[in-house]
Amino acid sequence: MTAETSVLFDAPGPKARTRHLIIAVVGSLGILALLFLLVRALAAKGQFTAEKWSPFIDPVTWTSYLLPGLQATLVAAFFSIILAIICGILLGMGRLSQLKPVRVACGAFVEFFRSVPVLMMMLFAYYLFLFGFQISGEALPLLGVVAGLTFYNSSVIAELIRAGVGSLPNGQREAGLAIGLTPFATLRLVLLPQAITLMLPSIVSQLVVVLKDSALGFLILYPELVRSGQTLASLKGNLIPTFIVIAAIFIIINYLLSRLAQYVERRLQARKRGPKQPHLDTTMISPSLAPGGALAVPGQT
Amino acid sequence: MLQGLSELLAEYDVLAAFWMTIKLTVAAAIGALVLGTIVAIMRVSPVAVFRAAGTAYVTLVRNTPLTLIVFFCAFGFYITLQYRIGAQNSPIDIQNFRWGVLGLAIYHAAFVAEALRSGINTVPQGQAEAARAIGLDFTATLSKVVLPQAFRGAIAPLGNVALTKNTTVVATIGVAEASYLMKGMIEFRPDLIYIIFGIMAAGFVILTLPLGILFTSLSRRLAVKR
Repeated sequence: MTAETSVLFDAPGPKARTRHLIIAVVGSLGILALLFLLVRALAAKGQFTAEKWSPFIDPVTWTSYLLPGLQATLVAAFFSIILAIICGILLGMGRLSQLKPVRVACGAFVEFFRSVPVLMMMLFAYYLFLFGFQISGEALPLLGVVAGLTFYNSSVIAELIRAGVGSLPNGQREAGLAIGLTPFATLRLVLLPQAITLMLPSIVSQLVVVLKDSALGFLILYPELVRSGQTLASLKGNLIPTFIVIAAIFIIINYLLSRLAQYVERRLQARKRGPKQPHLDTTMISPSLAPGGALAVPGQT
Repeated sequence: MLQGLSELLAEYDVLAAFWMTIKLTVAAAIGALVLGTIVAIMRVSPVAVFRAAGTAYVTLVRNTPLTLIVFFCAFGFYITLQYRIGAQNSPIDIQNFRWGVLGLAIYHAAFVAEALRSGINTVPQGQAEAARAIGLDFTATLSKVVLPQAFRGAIAPLGNVALTKNTTVVATIGVAEASYLMKGMIEFRPDLIYIIFGIMAAGFVILTLPLGILFTSLSRRLAVKR
């Protein structure tokens, strides 16, 4: 229990402890009853028979469907996040540029691609490559997925970079200018490295978003995990067990990534709270950058 | 180009598709708000079992792709298990719409719960302490003092326009909303691909931009002055 919320109730006395125990027992019985009803409904429709689940013991299921699907998902996510980080940093720098046309152009680009759904960008990129550039074959769906994810996520990362630079103390920029650096050099050598470090946890959490959104490639026939799972399921007639397995794979990977983001965040805060500046708390720089603040929820796409 | 535009608008009902997007957004938003509030309350409750259940819900749902959740509802519960929402004899597109809304609500409830929890964290401890000092119990403290302030503090993250954009995901189960129409339009008129993307993207900018501005101004106006 964290300190912020424990204040909602007093340390329970003997009476309250008994009451909590009763509520806990009733509550867990209620939750268990719900789970039981779900499981029983699934079992009644024959979803827990050995026939539905035995394909997952068969190595062929993994080697020809699930693992290639997972690989396709990871490949799309990998290329997208690399491209998105590169484009995002450039766009973020553009938004902070001294030149008004550059600033306005990058701002319009970011705002536009942030308000258009990823799926639409994927569809547009897919059909543009297909009809406009006459690309076909295996590379086409991958290109569509990566293009759609890159457009959207580079805008998100550009915003993260801008927020990171905005949250740095003004003295950083002034010091850079004072020692004779040009504004661009100040941004590149002084502000950007600090902003990227500050935003590292959010960038890692953005990876979770990219992984989840790669599942949208389903609609443009990209053989990612959900589509290859569906192919498997239509072959074996075990849609629900397959979806449960796929969900488990996604949850494990994304959970580990979120833990990595938390670890990076703790490391960074520990560094900030080092002996040299014990009073500086990163959460105080800007409320929006605090854990659980608005920027810590970019997991919502 | 103008000719292409008028041809498209005459041939395809763009407004109906966006009306479907709006219906999906509103219905899913209400569902997500109700479910998310319950999960948020569970996450701060004094009973450890509820806290664990709330945390489990958020962890599981947040890490699953929305596409998969929507499939689970439409292909799993509806097609495979033959469960229906509401009237048993309603047509397949109505059922797909309802299951799509349910999937969206389940997914976004996790984010609503997180936004509310961060909103609860912005309420100063003194507020809850004062409430307890005048003798309010956990339920009263939460519902009369903390949650009203938490909702106001959580408007900015709650008003995130992500839900409107995420309604496009139900195109994968065949609900005729904006991106579903866009796919059909491009497949029949690939020569007008730029205009089609332009119309649909503009539609989303028109939908989400005022909404974003509204929520920003709301969060500023309703912010608890401290």
